[in-house]
Amino acid sequence: MAHGPSQNFFSRWLFSTNHKDIGTLYLWFSFAMFLLGGFFAMVIRAELFQPGMQLIKPEFFVQMTTMHGLVMVFGAIMPAFVGLANWMIPMMIGAPDMALPRMNNLSFWILPFAFAMLTSTLFMEGGGPNFGWTFYAPLSTTYAPDTVNYFIFGVHMMGASSIMGSINIIATVMNMRAPGMTYMKMPLFVWTWVITAFLLVAVMPVLAGAVTMMLMDINFGTSFFDAAGGGDPVLFQHVFWFFGHPEVYIIILPAFGVVSQIIPTFSRKPLFGYSSMVYATASIAFLSFIVWAHHMFTVGMPIAGELYFMYATMLIAVPTGVKVFNWITTMYKGALTFETPMLFSIAFVILFTFGGFTGVMLSIAAADTQYHDTYFVVAHFHYVMVAGAVFSGTAAVYYWLPKWCGRMYDETMGKVQFWIAFIAFNITFMPQHFLGLAGMPRRYSDYGLQFADWNMVSSIGAFLYGGAQLLFLYNVIRTIGWGKPIDDPQVWEGAEGLEWTVPTPAPFHTFSTPPVVK
Amino acid sequence: MMKRAKALFLGLLSPSSLLLAGSVSAESATRQLNMPRGVTEVSQAAYDIHMIMIWICTVIGVLVFGFMFYVMYAHRKSRGVTAANFHENLVVEVLWTVIPALILIVMAVPATTALLKVYDTENPDIDIKVTGYQWKWQYEYIGEGVKFMSELRTSQDEIYGRAPKGEHYLREVTQPLVIPTNKKVRFLITGNDVIHSWWVPDFGVKRDAVPGLFTAAWAKTDQPGTYVGECTELCGLGHAFMPVVVEVKEEAEYEAWLAGKKEEAALYASTIGKQWTFDELMVKGEEVYGRSCAGCHQANGEGIEGVFPALKDSPIALGLAEGHIGILIDGVAGSAMQSFAEQLSEVEIAAVVHYERNAWGNDVGDIVQPIDVLNFKQSQ
Repeated sequence: MAHGPSQNFFSRWLFSTNHKDIGTLYLWFSFAMFLLGGFFAMVIRAELFQPGMQLIKPEFFVQMTTMHGLVMVFGAIMPAFVGLANWMIPMMIGAPDMALPRMNNLSFWILPFAFAMLTSTLFMEGGGPNFGWTFYAPLSTTYAPDTVNYFIFGVHMMGASSIMGSINIIATVMNMRAPGMTYMKMPLFVWTWVITAFLLVAVMPVLAGAVTMMLMDINFGTSFFDAAGGGDPVLFQHVFWFFGHPEVYIIILPAFGVVSQIIPTFSRKPLFGYSSMVYATASIAFLSFIVWAHHMFTVGMPIAGELYFMYATMLIAVPTGVKVFNWITTMYKGALTFETPMLFSIAFVILFTFGGFTGVMLSIAAADTQYHDTYFVVAHFHYVMVAGAVFSGTAAVYYWLPKWCGRMYDETMGKVQFWIAFIAFNITFMPQHFLGLAGMPRRYSDYGLQFADWNMVSSIGAFLYGGAQLLFLYNVIRTIGWGKPIDDPQVWEGAEGLEWTVPTPAPFHTFSTPPVVK
Repeated sequence: MMKRAKALFLGLLSPSSLLLAGSVSAESATRQLNMPRGVTEVSQAAYDIHMIMIWICTVIGVLVFGFMFYVMYAHRKSRGVTAANFHENLVVEVLWTVIPALILIVMAVPATTALLKVYDTENPDIDIKVTGYQWKWQYEYIGEGVKFMSELRTSQDEIYGRAPKGEHYLREVTQPLVIPTNKKVRFLITGNDVIHSWWVPDFGVKRDAVPGLFTAAWAKTDQPGTYVGECTELCGLGHAFMPVVVEVKEEAEYEAWLAGKKEEAALYASTIGKQWTFDELMVKGEEVYGRSCAGCHQANGEGIEGVFPALKDSPIALGLAEGHIGILIDGVAGSAMQSFAEQLSEVEIAAVVHYERNAWGNDVGDIVQPIDVLNFKQSQ
């Protein structure tokens, strides 16, 4: 029988090759980054509470918007889902561990250094990155502070980490499934992650290419993105969004997977349309590669290009709609209960669909001329990123935490947190639709008096939403330390899958002998 | 603040607020929830397709969420139901793939028509070149010899709360763009330094101002008035402080305005040879500095450490006048210091160089005349 974790704290966490420990590291790291990125958001919302510059200067404001985006996308959301993948994929497919455990350790431990480097620029001469998380050239090249080189190196490190993590997931799922666990029997969370991993392997090198060309332009006199030297600033946007559009699906597909696990459990009914879910996920992944220029409708593309990208983008609504209909039909004629993970998942379906509606509106190029780069876009992507990715991540933690630590969270506190988060989220982001339609551009450190009311409402909502996250942190710590012990392997009455056949709490090593799936 | 919160709350209670919000009147601006319908064919096409989309999404949303809430009510375990066990149904799965696809095809028709309008930039009556600078706009009436900068007029004191904010806070500029009614005006948009984006919501015009590239947009309206827009592409720390203001005038009024501008340009050309006094240049220089330089080098000339160099005690400001003029004319390659040769006139360059050499304790004491700047330009 395999031995347990190292008793030495440092060797256990620094040198770990155990998928559960590395999953835990990823999850804590991403939560720390979530709080950091959330702190940046609070600074932004505090400054925007009233018109005029009260707390910070415009140059620091743009650093805050940039860092908020970078930290949330690359530091909070992506690692959170890698953490869930580490914990759950081996247990879901009946594997003893990830296929490449040492690389698993490396891909995690790169991240704290990458983010330490990125955030340290805030304390350097010239300040942190100040060109938005989309870092359009030439603002991010010719006109950037010298610290941009730290940013470039940081992005390279995150990319390397993501690629290693993805290869590991692909290798694990392809090679280590238990006997009888065919592809079309895999839980949907595993499916969405495999597809996400392929997306990551395909597009992270494109991002690396973009930042390398920036590095060359800044330091070695090339002119990839400099019109004066024969280059083209628009080329940067094409390269960036060829990465950037699949990136948004990299963020949301695992969230789809989580919700597809939770809704059947609390409906006590199998997932409706399993195979159409798999095909819809694959279709969305494919479409994500051929729609990138819909982020560039105002850049002056020829009309033929604009029409093509509009039609292709509208198509995404079809597979996404299939998913939403499947989730709702899973609930239909079930026996529903509304524990915290289910509440977050239902809110996910509602708010993500709302974000999908504004997404279809944004795809209409003529209307996008008015929406583009306004708060309408900010509202849209927070509906899909926060109510999509963050809500599903929260749901996942509540859903699997009892299995991980063998203790039950406080249901009342979970529900209170849900309702605060749900209401505060909508107070924060619903008014941003109005702001955008009325004409407030994004990334503005100050605004005209006509936008004052909704900005104040939005800021109040944001502070409340931030507070709800502290309640979440408290609930998780309380559960791990002092929660009511449970030992039922099943945990949830309606839960199905291999992860619910191992003891609770999940022992350090599971499935040392592969189970047989019928 | 309480008063505003109360008004806002009452506004929300009124179910008609969303429907009224399309109006463009100034009074409704604080309560505006929806996209403005605007005053051009393009903005109205954008508004119409926007409303079609809102209604389609509303109907789908009511149906889907309505069904979902029914399920959440009717199929709760606490009502004693037992779960069914079905998990597929080919007919409904095909239906809910095909029906949304058909709806999208129907939507694509008006979407295409609207986009064709946006791109209809041929055969304009007037061409205006719009150039984005950090952080102001330059307008050039092509073929008319009229060119000017349009910069934020709101004072730093208002922005930093040292003075009460005016009614047009961040929506006012030194010189608005002026166009006539009933003429097709084409905007040829480009950027000088980084990418900006020129947006006038009431015209439905938003095009990126990309260095090295021209993008085109157009507007034609029969409604005179003042229309305010914004820069919508992040262009650095002054991004929020470069509004767009366009005045639409009746044709005769526009012609008079244009003639006045041409006269002004001719008059100005004749003043370059004039000898200015030390104090005249200091006054003019301080004004130009506040508008064009203080954003980076700061009002006290001390810059921002590590980002924008100080001018106080700087070797350039204390060295030969020629070198100092050269920096303004040519800019500094690879830095945020751009060339001001096109942005500022000879008089303005002379005045600001003179000011920088004699302000904040810098005391070179010489006088830089506009003719020196002209000579420098011609010697290049």
